[in-house]
Amino acid sequence: MSAPALAGESAVGRLASAPRRPQLDRGGIAVEVWLRVQASLVYAFLYLPIAIVVVFSFNANSLATIWTGFSVNWYPTALANSVVQNALANSFIVAIPNAILATLFGTMAALGLQRVPRRVRIVFDAVTYVSIIIPEIVIALATLVLYATGFGFIEDTFGIKLRFGHVTIIAAHMLFNTSLVLLLVRARLSGMDRTLVEASADLFATPWRTFRQITFPQLLPGIMAGFLLAFTFSFDDYVITTFTSGPGSSTLPLWVFGQVKRSVSPETNAVATIMLLFTLAMLFVGQFLLLRNSRRTQGRGGAGMAGMIAEQR
Amino acid sequence: MAAGAATPAADRERGGRIRSALLTFLLVLPAGAWYLVLLIAPLAIITIFSFGVRAKNGGYAPAFVLDNYAAILGDLQKAAPFTASLSMAIGGTIGSLLIGLPLAYFIATRAGRRKGLFILLLVIPFWTSFLIRTYSWLIVLGPGSLGGFIGDLVGDDNFRILGTPVAVLIGLVYGYLPLMVFPLYVTLERMDRTLVEASKDLGAGRWATFRQVTLPIALPGLITGSILVFIPMMGEYVIPQILGYGRIYLVGNALVTDFLEARNWPAGSAKAVILIFVMLITVTFYTWFVNRGRKGREVSVL
Repeated sequence: MSAPALAGESAVGRLASAPRRPQLDRGGIAVEVWLRVQASLVYAFLYLPIAIVVVFSFNANSLATIWTGFSVNWYPTALANSVVQNALANSFIVAIPNAILATLFGTMAALGLQRVPRRVRIVFDAVTYVSIIIPEIVIALATLVLYATGFGFIEDTFGIKLRFGHVTIIAAHMLFNTSLVLLLVRARLSGMDRTLVEASADLFATPWRTFRQITFPQLLPGIMAGFLLAFTFSFDDYVITTFTSGPGSSTLPLWVFGQVKRSVSPETNAVATIMLLFTLAMLFVGQFLLLRNSRRTQGRGGAGMAGMIAEQR
Repeated sequence: MAAGAATPAADRERGGRIRSALLTFLLVLPAGAWYLVLLIAPLAIITIFSFGVRAKNGGYAPAFVLDNYAAILGDLQKAAPFTASLSMAIGGTIGSLLIGLPLAYFIATRAGRRKGLFILLLVIPFWTSFLIRTYSWLIVLGPGSLGGFIGDLVGDDNFRILGTPVAVLIGLVYGYLPLMVFPLYVTLERMDRTLVEASKDLGAGRWATFRQVTLPIALPGLITGSILVFIPMMGEYVIPQILGYGRIYLVGNALVTDFLEARNWPAGSAKAVILIFVMLITVTFYTWFVNRGRKGREVSVL
């Protein structure tokens, strides 16, 4: 921008008594202002639509987009709706076992993978990444085809009729979530202080005791983050759920999708707000627990859950 | 150890090794089984189905034909969802980059001690329901609000944003922006700021410094971020369904039509296989690019 000050110190003539850090010229100020304005606009862009959903859940008018007055009536209305009640129950019936099993299996695999030959680990890693990279819609439809074909085969061979329902959703959700937990726990494992494990063994602790008292506490933040992510993914998922659910196992996102395909109502917004509050509570619980536990995360800025997610993705 | 105890000790050691191997196997087994049954098997099935033909009543009938691929690769009409997805994903990636790079730069260099807060503020919307965040734009862009407002401005009563590619593009950028910002932020945060000062001291202008110092340093994060947003955008289904009213017909929507409405599983399978190939090529290129000339994988996020 300004004329090249190639001579460095001898540019004194131009900048008079220039301080060590060059003062901002007009271009510099413009850049500073622009960076800040842009950042504010992006955050507004990110939060405004969510805020609007929350605000319009308090709209007295039954047409979501025209504001006529404040009302809290849509919350009792939504919660008294038996379809919403069922969907909410289904969401929990699916998300909780999914999160428990995915966390268990993912953690087990992360621990086991330290002990397998390199070649096995490379194959396992490749499959893990494939499970995350492949678009959700492809996984959803491929799983649907697998279920349909598999169920047909089982009925023809054994005469047992299997149906789509909670179990098929849980099984499908667990694929992605197991990979997620596996990656989070492995990140934790690789950053772990090995000398403690060795010290524990030197002090004649059994392997199980070493695991329980040394390894597990260090892995806990990763495991916890994995559990919360797995729960939230399952709780919020639409695509995989819609293609693997059966009659009577619709979850909340499926209900919301069905509603907004027609038109957005304040009742939908109220349900959405409840969902938002719930998942946010999960995030903050995770953040709180992780920050309390972050003595060991050197150099990660103590960003807790956020840092973990940001770095994982 | 005494010489006499060699045999029992060896036995014990072998027993220990077997037990250890068994434990390893049991630890990896559940996840491995899940991958086998719910990832590898479904992918194998659609790969096999992609060479088959549609059964009379829909579904799959065994055959070995390449028609399903030939139809997509040879017929522009049938390839339309792919080109639409590709242009949407490229547009969305560029959009996220234009918005995400300055933001990541701001957080990395100007946010000071509040970096963690700014990142948390990015994680929060990303953490909340994708579906809710998507449909919120129905209200924002609807004829009752922004859509109608712009319509009034340009004096066109039929002006709509929803149901157009623009709405889908906004949804895509909105949905995946944080994935672009995270890796960019990580690389920019690690950047040695003295390089920028050195560049300025050497008389480079702001733009030259950005182009020759900051951008090359941010490049790995930029590529990572682009891949992270490009891949899900390419396979997006919910956003075109909701914000595009299903009129914006992308690969994800074509897949659903094939599998559920036309019940032509082989045609759908072929599309799915091609889509997976596009992903794998993208990721392979990415891995090659990031690991090029160096052994470590410090910035490889995938």
